[in-house]
Amino acid sequence: MSTMTDTNPTDVPQSILKSPKHWRNRIAGHHWRTGDEEFDAAKLGMWLFLTTEVLLFAGIFCGYAVFRMMYPEAWANGSHYLDWRFGAANTAVLLLSSWTAANAVRCAQLDKQFWLRVNIIITIVCAALFIFIKLKFEYMVKLGEGKAPGTFFSYPYAQDPHEPLWWSLYYIGTGIHAAHVIIGAALFGVVLYYAKRYQAYGPTQYTLVENAALYWHLVDLVWIFLFPLLYLIH
Amino acid sequence: MSTLDAHAGHHEEGSYLSGPPGIMAKIWQWATTVDHKKIGVMYLFAVLFMFFVGGMAALLVRYELIDPMRDVMVQTVDANGDLVETTATQGENLKDLFQGLGMAGDLTGTQIYNRAFTLHGAVMVFMFIVPSIPASLGNFFLPVMLGAKDVAFPRLNLLSWYIYLFGSTFGILSILMGGVDTGWTFYTPYSTTTDADHWRVVLMVTAAFILGFSSILTGLNFVVTVHKLRAPGMGWFDMPLFIWAVYATSIIQVLATPVIGITLLLLIFERIMNIGIFDPAMGGDPVLYQHFFWFYSHPVVYVMILPAMGIISELLAVHARKHIFGYRAIAFSSLGIAGVSFLVWGHHIFTAMGELAAVLFSGLTFLVAIPTAIKVFNWIATLYKGSIVLNTPMCYGLMFLFTFSIGGLTGLPLATLATDLHLHDSYFVVAHFHYVMMGGTVIAFLGGIHHWWPKMFGKMYSEPGALIGMALVFIGFNVTFFTQFFLGTQGMPRRYANYVDEFQFLHQISTYGSWILGLGMFVHLAVFIHSLVAGEKAPANPWGGLTLEWECESPPIEHNFHHEPIVKHGPYDFETTVPPHWDPKDYPIHPDAGKATH
Repeated sequence: MSTMTDTNPTDVPQSILKSPKHWRNRIAGHHWRTGDEEFDAAKLGMWLFLTTEVLLFAGIFCGYAVFRMMYPEAWANGSHYLDWRFGAANTAVLLLSSWTAANAVRCAQLDKQFWLRVNIIITIVCAALFIFIKLKFEYMVKLGEGKAPGTFFSYPYAQDPHEPLWWSLYYIGTGIHAAHVIIGAALFGVVLYYAKRYQAYGPTQYTLVENAALYWHLVDLVWIFLFPLLYLIH
Repeated sequence: MSTLDAHAGHHEEGSYLSGPPGIMAKIWQWATTVDHKKIGVMYLFAVLFMFFVGGMAALLVRYELIDPMRDVMVQTVDANGDLVETTATQGENLKDLFQGLGMAGDLTGTQIYNRAFTLHGAVMVFMFIVPSIPASLGNFFLPVMLGAKDVAFPRLNLLSWYIYLFGSTFGILSILMGGVDTGWTFYTPYSTTTDADHWRVVLMVTAAFILGFSSILTGLNFVVTVHKLRAPGMGWFDMPLFIWAVYATSIIQVLATPVIGITLLLLIFERIMNIGIFDPAMGGDPVLYQHFFWFYSHPVVYVMILPAMGIISELLAVHARKHIFGYRAIAFSSLGIAGVSFLVWGHHIFTAMGELAAVLFSGLTFLVAIPTAIKVFNWIATLYKGSIVLNTPMCYGLMFLFTFSIGGLTGLPLATLATDLHLHDSYFVVAHFHYVMMGGTVIAFLGGIHHWWPKMFGKMYSEPGALIGMALVFIGFNVTFFTQFFLGTQGMPRRYANYVDEFQFLHQISTYGSWILGLGMFVHLAVFIHSLVAGEKAPANPWGGLTLEWECESPPIEHNFHHEPIVKHGPYDFETTVPPHWDPKDYPIHPDAGKATH
């Protein structure tokens, strides 16, 4: 194992190595027999939580399907208003971040503390970039043109009376997704803090990195569905 | 305890109820505890308080319905000595009551009534009955019965308690601001347009939304706990049936609650931002709301009843000292009910869908009857030739079999399309629903509280007092709700503050019943308070139960067990096992118990 690590324990300050939060010093919670059981449980819990996230978004997808069936014209017009290039750019950004999130887990497993932090930072930067593209080139431009949800809709060239509904679903779907991006980035922020401050994650203790990455993959996956449904199919 | 034990960390541990000296220190200890037992006890008192609030609202509803509102001619003599005829409205009981209290404002009698029954429904469903058994008894006993020291995620457990408090605060705020009159179902477009200049509806919907997260986190915690924290020697089929029931419940909570989350979120957006998704004026679809709503709210009916069924399995087996009949059938029927629960939401909106869909949902609804009946028959077979002890928990168990069977069987005419046309939206539905929810869940909850009270608080309660309360609850409940079956078949629609004179007799009986029922609850309250203040110390195993909670002390120590328990017998092997902590002078056990080798 030692050949795979880039951290020489002698370089690490004693205050970090002795900290109870350092990954070598972490012990399982009082109600667990071993740390492995605790890890498995945390992972199972995360998967269950991700199931609830899928069902949360299922409501939005279901609404999308129903109204698409009821008002195909409005839906076709709606997706024409969206520029697929911004969607594709954001897809690329999220895919890259998912890759770095997976890398972060691997780095924790191999005790590569420096690259763990680098990968987390790239992931967070990608999240910020995603939100930036969404706000700057999509939300703000469209809201400026009056393509707003529901009764706030004031776009003068609408061809179908139900286009406000399309924008409602667009903003809710992408908005709730964006909220998840921000939460995921915040989660990685916590991971980054503990990784930097205590070297809290290593081969025997990387639960939070793993779970943050799982959450991040789901955020990515939801976008993988939102992107074609909103931008690509007419 | 020897010094050796003390060295190994098994020193004299106090009960989980013993805390630091000083009231502030105690409050701080409870407020920051991650102990599943303390959280369970806090939940227990919170849900019982909500039950009190919702119950008071129910008594108000029944009080209004004691007589119809009538416009009557009143003849008066004016200043000139002439006879003047004016009309006056009689029978607006709630309006008179609230005017007397100076709280009526400019509301009409029917408006007050609408708010009272919405308050009753919303509080009872979201703040009482959904969290009731899993969050209180489940929290306390699920880890203990598994032989664990705590739930899988203790801090998440505390978080879900605070989310519950936070959500309930929103609900209470809405009530204090005047309450809502949408019904607990918040059907659109009424819920999105009514009270448009006010925050009350948004607050109440937000409360339900937040409470959902509490429910999800509790369910998630329990599923992982059951998977990962069973004691050595406890396979899946060595688990007590209460655990199976709570496990099935938790799966529903995890899978159904997110859907109501997004639905209520959309409803909030609809109200604040007029997004139009449920608003027909903007091309939205109010029936879509109903589908979303019932996709959660039907499965959640089984969140309410499944843990109750789990309690009944424990009560009947322990207090009849008999091996449960059909263990696996009961365990699998819990999962079966959980599975089918996701396929039947359409029976709430038969009239809002096509004929084919209605027929399919009707057929699927009948499927629920099968696992449910399997349970009931197994319970009855358990009682057969058992040594039945007619104490309070057992009486509640028997009462459950009676009232829940009525509730279950009256569901069938409601699932049948032809008869449902006549019965839907009538008092028949109200009666059916209350026979299942109150006659099922609340009765089992009361039985469970009595069954585990000595374990939770280390005090016995007054058995005669509790039996009196039980009898009053039984009589009051049946008088209140059995009459409503007749009201329903005769055509009395639900949710109306007023009715034609012909219904008055039955309505009056129902209202008198509600008073008996309320009295019974207060008797129970008095018995519990008496027990806490002056109850005699409970033995570790007052009933001769074999599940692991009876191996703990009463009340359990901080980490439940002095040593990690190793499971050597099944949870219901009364015929072969001597109960832990058994003293021959307490109660008889099976003559063959202990003879078989382990």
